[in-house]
Amino acid sequence: MTEALSLSGIDALYGESHVLHQVSFNLNAGRVLALLGRNGAGKTTCMSTIIGFLPPRAGEIRLFGEAIGKLSPETISRKGVGFVPQGRRIFPSLTVQENLAVSRQKRKGVAMPWTLERVIELFPRMKNRLQQLAGSLSGGEQQMLAIGRALMGNPRVLLMDEPSEGLAPLIVAEVGRTLLRLKQEGQSIVLVEQNIKLALGLADEVVILNTGRVAFSGSAGQVRSDQALITQHLGVF
Amino acid sequence: MQYWIIQTLNSLALGGLLFLLAAGFSLIFGLMRIANLTHGSLYMLGAYVGISVLKYVPNLWLAAIIGGLVMALFGGLVERLILRPLAGNALGQVLVTLGISFIVADLCLIVWGGDPIPVPTPPALQQPILVGGVAFPTYRLVVLAIAVATALALYLLMDRTRIGAMIRAGVDDMQMARAVGIPVSRLFTAVFCLGAALAGAGGIIGGPIMSAYPGLDADMLPLALIVVMLGGVGSLLGAFVGSFLIGAIYTFGTALLPDLAYVILFLPMIVVIAFRPTGLFGRQSV
Ligand SMILES: Nc1ncnc2c1ncn2[C@@H]1O[C@H](COP(=O)(O)OP(=O)(O)O)[C@@H](O)[C@H]1O
Ligand SMILES: [Mg+2]
Repeated sequence: MTEALSLSGIDALYGESHVLHQVSFNLNAGRVLALLGRNGAGKTTCMSTIIGFLPPRAGEIRLFGEAIGKLSPETISRKGVGFVPQGRRIFPSLTVQENLAVSRQKRKGVAMPWTLERVIELFPRMKNRLQQLAGSLSGGEQQMLAIGRALMGNPRVLLMDEPSEGLAPLIVAEVGRTLLRLKQEGQSIVLVEQNIKLALGLADEVVILNTGRVAFSGSAGQVRSDQALITQHLGVF
Repeated sequence: MQYWIIQTLNSLALGGLLFLLAAGFSLIFGLMRIANLTHGSLYMLGAYVGISVLKYVPNLWLAAIIGGLVMALFGGLVERLILRPLAGNALGQVLVTLGISFIVADLCLIVWGGDPIPVPTPPALQQPILVGGVAFPTYRLVVLAIAVATALALYLLMDRTRIGAMIRAGVDDMQMARAVGIPVSRLFTAVFCLGAALAGAGGIIGGPIMSAYPGLDADMLPLALIVVMLGGVGSLLGAFVGSFLIGAIYTFGTALLPDLAYVILFLPMIVVIAFRPTGLFGRQSV
């Protein structure tokens, strides 16, 4: 199986504050890896190191075998890492259409490249919002836009940081269906979620972080059948 | 009547020149958070370079293009070699741009001397246009037209092209713009070059009205600063409205109340900033 993304021995620090300790995991192509952990466990920090916001102090990150740990975010994006950040961070003063257009990237060897039309087909409610400023969208629509924006780059690996955060249950379900569809189309995904049920329903592999360290790494089936594991690492005290 | 028309056209021409200066300043500040204090120097240096061109080829428009290109090159080098290594160090960047502006001022003094150098109005534009017995100074109308055309072109560039949307995405959220693959650093340099070119071309285009003299940089920079604060950082519309507002306030202020010119100039800015810290057209979350 092809290794789409691999982290080995990643240390990340904010100034002197050591947040990630020797984090390692692998994502195989076409799979979904759920990255779980309590608030403050280091999940977002992990995303930031992969996309290049916070270059790792030690360790190596590889995208389909190529080392990307020292590259800039724009280069990492161009190499094929798509990013749906926590809090969505759409470009508020751009229209919906512009948000999608500026993020468009050509990628060789993609059978069905993402286009504006395909994103609209994925999120039909975007159709009537194309000329609207993205900042005026509802939270759920912004989340869909953030996902669409990442897809426009035709990512080889898609990072998603809590795509269901702060959304109404109906919208969470819609996001869940979208993720399932992406998975079925063969998209490799690292999914950070607080919504354990959503994550375990989609994931093939699970990595659990605890205070910046990998506390568990294994198959999603294993986690689903082991309630104690969930309580120990993810339950609220 | 004639007096008021002249003053109005003076204010519009000054507003137009201010726009050429402030548009780039505002874009650079909005995108890179760099208060580029060399912007006045780019204006003055553009004027002097243009004057040297005029010695060989007596064509103001050619001089403006060459002055603009030379300033684009100069600005690009400053951005890449000096400001880029200081990314994230706002104070360092301000001090460096201030230092460069002093150096440029001294070099200009050495090369072009201390006396004001007049720039002749292109012969075709020297005759005023007569409408109903009133003489309108043609060149000032042309300067106004150039500023409006530039504003329109910048608007189309920023609002109607993908590159423009990319620049605005960078202004919205630079880090996130990088994360979707927008080549932010290359765009930075391009915007810097564009802003420098506009300032440099503005310097020589303003020549027939203001001529070139030591201290032109220090006269223009504060006006550009006020325009941008008034209009809102990063806002093209703000730079446009602010330029003509300040052009009018400055022209009529110095004409009517010469002793209070600076009060009249800074008061509206202070009032606006007090009630709208992001300026008239700036976004609230900067
Ligand atoms: N910009 C920052 N500067 C300093 N510390 C930070 C920063 N962002 C997060 N942290 C700290 O790093 C740890 C991990 O945070 P984060 O990666 O956001 O966790 P999670 O996404 O799992 O909730 C927390 O202790 C948090 O306080
Ligand atoms: Mg987080």
